[in-house]
Amino acid sequence: MSEDVREVDQDRPSAPAEQASAWISKAAVLFRCRIPIDAILLGVLAMVAAAALAMGYNATAEDIAKRKAEDLMASLVQVIPSSVHDNELLADRRHVVDRVVYRAKAGPIVTAAAYEVTVNGYAGPIRILMGVTAKGEILGVRVLSHSETPGLGDKIEVAKNDWVRSFERLSLVNTSTEQWAVKKDGGRFDQFSGATITPRAVVKAVKAGLDFFDTYRFAIVRDGGEVKE
Amino acid sequence: MRDGSYKTIIRDGLWDNNVILGQMLALCPLMAVTGTATNGLGMGLASTSVLVVSGMAVSLIRKAVPQEVRIPAFVLIIAAIVTLLDLAMNAWLHELHKVLGLFIPLIVTNCAILGRAEAFASRNRVGDAMLDGLMMGLGFTIALMVLGAVREIIGSGTLFSGASLLLGEPFLFLETTVIPDYRGFLLFILPPGGFIAMAFVLAAKRIIDKRLAGDADADVLPGRIQPVDEGA
Repeated sequence: MSEDVREVDQDRPSAPAEQASAWISKAAVLFRCRIPIDAILLGVLAMVAAAALAMGYNATAEDIAKRKAEDLMASLVQVIPSSVHDNELLADRRHVVDRVVYRAKAGPIVTAAAYEVTVNGYAGPIRILMGVTAKGEILGVRVLSHSETPGLGDKIEVAKNDWVRSFERLSLVNTSTEQWAVKKDGGRFDQFSGATITPRAVVKAVKAGLDFFDTYRFAIVRDGGEVKE
Repeated sequence: MRDGSYKTIIRDGLWDNNVILGQMLALCPLMAVTGTATNGLGMGLASTSVLVVSGMAVSLIRKAVPQEVRIPAFVLIIAAIVTLLDLAMNAWLHELHKVLGLFIPLIVTNCAILGRAEAFASRNRVGDAMLDGLMMGLGFTIALMVLGAVREIIGSGTLFSGASLLLGEPFLFLETTVIPDYRGFLLFILPPGGFIAMAFVLAAKRIIDKRLAGDADADVLPGRIQPVDEGA
């Protein structure tokens, strides 16, 4: 035991706490054993903690939701340029199969859509947000979260490297299936020195995202008018 | 109160019984966050606030909680405080939360906090317990920052990168490039580099302690580390 543990403080007994411990010893005699007392005490403490957590949650829930929406908006703006739409991106969302699609409209016409794709990278899931025009051409790709190796795989972040911009303006039409791969695998995308798995995963995810758009294009752009040509 | 006990608390927290350098606790978050000095600083400050508040809470209930159930009670208190801190930071310090978000739940598993609750806060008055929490926390912060700085300079050639993200624009001046056009030394960014850097920092502390103690103690045996507090 290190020296910072001093004798139990002699001075100034705190009254309520003293009372509580006296009450506890009395109750212990009554029950002839301490176990129920201890259990009740722990239960009370757990209730107090639960109440504090509930209050904390209520006090922060609104702000946290706001921050989340701001974060999402900040990413959406990066994959859908404001020039292609005049609507509120967060307001126009719809569920297509298993994901949420945010739709950009110019007037009544759907001009672009943004949605998330997820893929397993080198060290865990990589969440990617991509924006695609109504014709199926990529407007922008951004990595929302990942746990790739710092200094190697994290070049997929736009803050660290321009690599993700190499997807812009590509589509299933102007890029053949074989080209949707890193150069090492005979495709058109650069890999990073020391990290091939990460870019390979991202390329695969973006391709899957385009396939998703191709398959559900009608469901995504429907009811907002016809596809803008 | 014993004379100079505040001084003892301060000295213990910052140097003699420093969480990292003296007690060798909390090595798990240490390795995870000290890739940069800024992350170390942020994690240190978050842990410090938990240490102060949990020290206060534990000290307040120390007489009402029987010996037999004190550990679960302390764990409960610490977990609740960390969760509240996580929520509060997410709501009001969102940028900082984005940087540290992953590590905040890790504070619960920081054995140093339970260690202080058990070894100090549960036996001392509220004011002392809070001061101890603050000093232990600051000592922890300094150790994290030093280690982060060493790893950052060797690993990526910068110092305090991202500090303005953590502390706000006025702290942009902290961000420096120590070695221009550095190609990086990945090992030091990864956990193994953390262990290596940690060994050197510990050795440095040992040398300083030895110098301070004078030549009388020159033949200090290796392993003369302060005994780890029980229950930690």
